[in-house]
Amino acid sequence: MARLRLTGVTKCYGDFKAVDDVSIDIADGEFVVLLGPSGCGKTTTLRIVAGFIEPTFGEVCLGECNVTALPPWKRNAGLVFQSYALFPHMTVNDNVAFGLEMRRMPRAEMALRIAEALRLVRLDQFSDRLPRQLSGGQQQRVALARALVFRPDVLLLDEPLSNLDAKLRQEVRVEIRELQRKLGLTTVMVTHDQEEALTMADRLVVMSEGRIRQIGSQQDLYERPSEKFVADFVGRSTFMDGRMDGPGRFVSKGGLVVACEATGSGDASLALRPERLALMLATAPAMDNSFPGAVEFISYLGSQVDLHVRLSPQERVIVQIQNRPEQPLPVIGEQVRIGWSKSTGRVFQA
Amino acid sequence: MTVAPGWTASRFAGRIALRTAAGLSLAYILLPMVFVVWLAFFAQEIPSFPPEGYSLKWFRTIPGNDRFVTGFLLSLEVAVVATAVGLILGVPAAVCLVRGRFFGREAVNNLLLLPLIVPGIVLGIALYVFHVETEIATGWPVIGSLGGLIAGHVLIAIPWTVRLITASLVGIDRTIEEAAQSLGANSLTTFRRITLPAILPGIVAAALFGFVASFGNLEMSLFLVGPGRTTLPIAILQYLEWKIDPTIAAVSVLQILFIGGAMLLTDRFVNIGRVV
Repeated sequence: MARLRLTGVTKCYGDFKAVDDVSIDIADGEFVVLLGPSGCGKTTTLRIVAGFIEPTFGEVCLGECNVTALPPWKRNAGLVFQSYALFPHMTVNDNVAFGLEMRRMPRAEMALRIAEALRLVRLDQFSDRLPRQLSGGQQQRVALARALVFRPDVLLLDEPLSNLDAKLRQEVRVEIRELQRKLGLTTVMVTHDQEEALTMADRLVVMSEGRIRQIGSQQDLYERPSEKFVADFVGRSTFMDGRMDGPGRFVSKGGLVVACEATGSGDASLALRPERLALMLATAPAMDNSFPGAVEFISYLGSQVDLHVRLSPQERVIVQIQNRPEQPLPVIGEQVRIGWSKSTGRVFQA
Repeated sequence: MTVAPGWTASRFAGRIALRTAAGLSLAYILLPMVFVVWLAFFAQEIPSFPPEGYSLKWFRTIPGNDRFVTGFLLSLEVAVVATAVGLILGVPAAVCLVRGRFFGREAVNNLLLLPLIVPGIVLGIALYVFHVETEIATGWPVIGSLGGLIAGHVLIAIPWTVRLITASLVGIDRTIEEAAQSLGANSLTTFRRITLPAILPGIVAAALFGFVASFGNLEMSLFLVGPGRTTLPIAILQYLEWKIDPTIAAVSVLQILFIGGAMLLTDRFVNIGRVV
């Protein structure tokens, strides 16, 4: 395993920059997730690390070695594809053996390593099966064993879970993460699924339009998004457009005057997390911000309920409340008061 | 589930219509073959209906007919060599056409299919003239040579090999090649260990179709054979100029059995239906 460093990696297709000046430093044994909507350049970045795409500018270093110009077969990277990409004409055993064969490992040692890898993914009973005789989850684990068996310097996962059904996805998620910890694998995973990203990563890289928008831990991205895109993409936010009217004072287009902790001036938007807004009862203590509004829509989600509340002709916010028996739910059209503290709203200058 | 009234009835009618159309087409294709096979067993020398009796004598005369035997052997030899050469040229050509991005790719693709489009007679005359000119220019004995005949047949095998291998290359999942490369296999090893097995059904189908196209070719071969060198279709044609007894039908039955057998045999190893 080794440290992986990308420095100023850029990939141009004509005038279009698929990846734009991406620099990431991934520590030995770290699990980093590249997260972003489709077309954001995350898969291109992964393919540059794997060696299938040569960057127009920039460097990829694996351990102490600059691998930028090396073909894929000379990099020691284990890759798991979205489609698993198992060799359909080979048994599970031969699939896993392939990487070792390419490294000219003696037969006896190879057999031990294959057995170990298959045991690791709990498929030691299936070594004589063909890929098509396995379920999706099993195929996925063969792909993982195949990528791990030759002890790669880095493990690259390209949307490895998106072809699995929801329940299996949860299991495999935990399985991959535990395996990664146990083996101390430097890992880069690409996904567009934020829940997957948040549950698996040590550190996340949010990308859009080829650029890195923010690198940080789950808390960093959620509590301190660096820009509006991140606040929108990670977790949920409702936005109000308006402007900063002096320190700590945001005025929305609809005329709401909101207390916040931001400074600055000029056009801005305010992001509010639905679960940080409160439905204020008559007896509730005063809050930094409190506005009356009418409930326009209710999503009943079981343990929680989303209220869509109109605060002004231009502004509607989503308020997420816990569903408790002692608290009667408002009905559509009911007048309520919504409150939040001044540390809740995050302001992004336009 | 509720179904709109009339929906099942119209669907049923549609299915009947489809089956009838398919059955009629199939009968239209198979009918000549049925008559050929029937004719081969007629007892009388001049084919006429109704048959006067049935006999196997036309089959018994074939082994004694030198022209048919040598014609069969020559056709076999030419078809096998032409198919092999067609594959050796067709596989790399298909790989370049599918994977390569170069100027004139479409043009090359169409050029390789041309022998299928040009009428066999035209192809034969063109090659004959070319052989004559080559022989005059260089003094090499090209006209009517075995090499010249095989080269011509390579030409008619190539469209089949290129087309069918192209189709199976397009159909394979490229990520399995990338997977092999990420596991340490260079381009050549990846092709040998991963791509080639994946397109094997296409290659077998290509070989089969190339073989059939070559084995049954008459028009082009007419211009390329030399003295004492006759392919089976030409031997059949020459026999027909003198006689119309059911021997020809018997030879055709054997040819149908031979090619049908080859198809069944290959189908046992690869599912050709998946490719063609």
